[in-house]
Amino acid sequence: MSAPLRVSFWVRKILGVEKVLRAPFISRTLRNEWDTKNPNSRTGRPSFWLKSVEAAVLAVAVCFSLGATDPGARYHDLNHRLMCTCGCSELLGECNHVGCPSSGQELAELNADMVAGMSDNQIFSAFSAKYGATVLAAPTTQGFDLVAWIAPFAVFAAAMLGTILLIRRWGGIAGAEAERAALEPVIDDPADRERRETIRRETGNDGGF
Amino acid sequence: MAAFGSFALLIALALAAYNLLAGALALRLIATGQQAPISPERLADTARRAGIAGFLAITAAAFALIWSVFTNDFSITYILEHSNRALPGLYKFSALWSGQEGSLLLWAFLLGTYGFVLRLTHKTDVKLYAYAGTILSAIQVFFLLILNFAAPPFALYRGAIPEDGNGLNPLLQYPEMVIHPPMLYLGYVGFAVPFCFALGALMMRYPGEKWIRITRVWTMVTWLFLTCGIFLGMHWAYAVLGWGGYWGWDPVENASFMPWLTGTAFLHSVMMQEKKGMMKSWNVWLIFSTFLLTMLGTLLTRAGLVSSVHAFAQSSIGTWFVIFMGIVLGVCIFTYILHRSHLKGEHRVESLVSRESSFLFNNLVLLTACFVILWGTLFPILSEYVVGNKVTVGAPWYNRVAVPIGVFLLFLTGVGPLLPWRATSFRSIRRNFVAPVIALWAAVIVCLAVGVNPWKEGSFSSGTFYALVSFAVCAAVMTAILSEFFRGARVISHQTGSNLAVATWLLTRRNTRRYGGYIIHIGVVIVVVGLAGSAFNTSQEQELGLGDKLLIGPYTLVQVGATQDSNLNYNSEYAMLDVYKGGKKQFQMTPEKRVYLVNDQPQTMVAIHSLPSWDLYVVYEGSNPSTSQPIIKAILNPLVGWIWAGVVILIFGTFIALVPSISPATASLRVPATRPVPTEPALKGGD
Repeated sequence: MSAPLRVSFWVRKILGVEKVLRAPFISRTLRNEWDTKNPNSRTGRPSFWLKSVEAAVLAVAVCFSLGATDPGARYHDLNHRLMCTCGCSELLGECNHVGCPSSGQELAELNADMVAGMSDNQIFSAFSAKYGATVLAAPTTQGFDLVAWIAPFAVFAAAMLGTILLIRRWGGIAGAEAERAALEPVIDDPADRERRETIRRETGNDGGF
Repeated sequence: MAAFGSFALLIALALAAYNLLAGALALRLIATGQQAPISPERLADTARRAGIAGFLAITAAAFALIWSVFTNDFSITYILEHSNRALPGLYKFSALWSGQEGSLLLWAFLLGTYGFVLRLTHKTDVKLYAYAGTILSAIQVFFLLILNFAAPPFALYRGAIPEDGNGLNPLLQYPEMVIHPPMLYLGYVGFAVPFCFALGALMMRYPGEKWIRITRVWTMVTWLFLTCGIFLGMHWAYAVLGWGGYWGWDPVENASFMPWLTGTAFLHSVMMQEKKGMMKSWNVWLIFSTFLLTMLGTLLTRAGLVSSVHAFAQSSIGTWFVIFMGIVLGVCIFTYILHRSHLKGEHRVESLVSRESSFLFNNLVLLTACFVILWGTLFPILSEYVVGNKVTVGAPWYNRVAVPIGVFLLFLTGVGPLLPWRATSFRSIRRNFVAPVIALWAAVIVCLAVGVNPWKEGSFSSGTFYALVSFAVCAAVMTAILSEFFRGARVISHQTGSNLAVATWLLTRRNTRRYGGYIIHIGVVIVVVGLAGSAFNTSQEQELGLGDKLLIGPYTLVQVGATQDSNLNYNSEYAMLDVYKGGKKQFQMTPEKRVYLVNDQPQTMVAIHSLPSWDLYVVYEGSNPSTSQPIIKAILNPLVGWIWAGVVILIFGTFIALVPSISPATASLRVPATRPVPTEPALKGGD
């Protein structure tokens, strides 16, 4: 089974919309409304939601399972993943200095390596061995360099997860407070409510209400 | 003039130090209620006046430097190194920020100017302004210490004074460079003001959220300056550096972008504090971080920590900045710990699908983007420190990591305004999201139909894929924003009987903050469309003899002449290229290469023909030494003009958001005629 098909299979297997709705990041209001409108939803699986999630994951999987195969496109891609070593701080494919002592030679080497049938990684290793690691325009995915790639997404995921859990907790507290508040008399006058809000904004207390 | 300038700087330092000490003492006496020989209020006022006088002293120093540039006073080392006799008058001003010492003086001058305005408007809230002014004077003391002892701009040249100076860096000899650095500095320096207000409000346990309203104009104006500065820098890079791009993820570019991101997050999340009393600690730390990032950016630029094409020479002032940042961070942490109980939120986010949570996620994504850029900028140093191996973190890394985050942020820009406060329901989601989702898929179909296809010729282009996603999300976000305008305008049109255009204008005037914000978002969407166009850049490079042709896109460039010119400042070579389209001559372009006489440095002057659909961008790369024929590089950059158009809209939106709203004509309908209108309580702010 190809990678995209495997992904599709697992999406079907794992994600019913029911499970999406039961996920901790979906609000109680949204779940309750869905349950009210779809009394049989505990057993049924709405195909629209399932297919949407499936299509999105499949599209992403297909995108990232393909690579550049056209030699021209590959040459362009590779010379934009290497740096010119003349000190101009430009990508190899962007260096525009007439008489640059480095870019012509590097581009010729890149072309020769491609003609010799070397893979992308082999080309990068050869350049790195000859010119040093700074010739690569981005860190590799090995050793400590891998941290460069992982850290941003790890931080993003941790921040999102933390926030989701925090909001869930706050939502629970707010629900309990709302139940308590329901037992107390309510100020219904909109003018009073507006005045109270203004006082809170301006002075930081509730104006004695 | 050198003695006058040096003396003015010394006086400015003495006045700033007095402002700091007297201001701090006065505020301490007021806070503790202790008795003193002089009343604390009078002491605080002397401190304020010292701040105003300090501004005049710094202005005198800046004037002295400018005067020295214009009078070619090469006895001053700084003038010798950054100017020359043949330098055009306009660029003599640029000498003020072309070197380390001058740019620090500019920083201190702008800080003094902000402080001057702040101290003149102190009656808005005397006590809060006294706190802010005192903190601002502490920052001023730091910069004046550097200017007096570490990087003096009026240091005299030792030895025989040369007849002429070394000249200005050619990259700075471009009209935009007369505006770009001051704009950027106005943005950088300006964030010191909301920082001082936030820290001051925390120190004095300022009641309520009024301080946010007071500082809102400061924050927005500062943000606007920084935005203009960044985009002017992009345009300068595009027009001068000659590589066809506008953003290279250079550490110095990144340094300006990071405080912009946190500043943008702050501008969004203070709305939550103002409206709902939420996210108080978060906001305080956002503005603290923004100020610290401006300092970090300055450190990166000046200390030579990272290699950059923009950076100033390595110098010892990096240590000063590290110590200062350490002190600032320490003060922030101490103050926060001492007064954190004051920052307890009054409400909390209750639902994940609500306006509040969209603000929170918007902030998270902005901060993640900031972290990504900081991480990418500092990773080479980290790698060298950990494994002893320096690596390059260039555009390919940023494009893979930052672009998806940017697209997600754009998505939230559209989603946020469609969600109601507190919680939402399926019905409202369906009602608000149907049109944007239709627009999204319609954009995908249209893009695929016109050839924006990531899977062309058996290969996958991630650049085209991101462009496709960006166009689709832009369409959805634009639809969402326009539908917000349409919904509101329709109601007003119904109420007033005016047409939709007039109703939209009325709607905007009634809530300038909200609809000004939407206009800013429209500007951002248009900028993103322009950025996405870079996925389709094409270029051709060719040596062109007389009559030779270069084909690019629909254009044919024919060389009709190559010539040389010279003046007192530079020699230039340029080619004259007739541009044909469909067999008809359209216009002529003259890309140029200059070599400045005083320092023998080359400089490209790109020829650009802009259309809404693309820019034809032509670079004179030089002449072939063996044939003496010009080498021309032509680049077709789709949609670049949209970036600059988007910025104009963004600026317009910011101005709208700064204008006070008018009261709705129907407001009186809300109050029953028989009831007296409730009077507002007398408010004195924090004083």
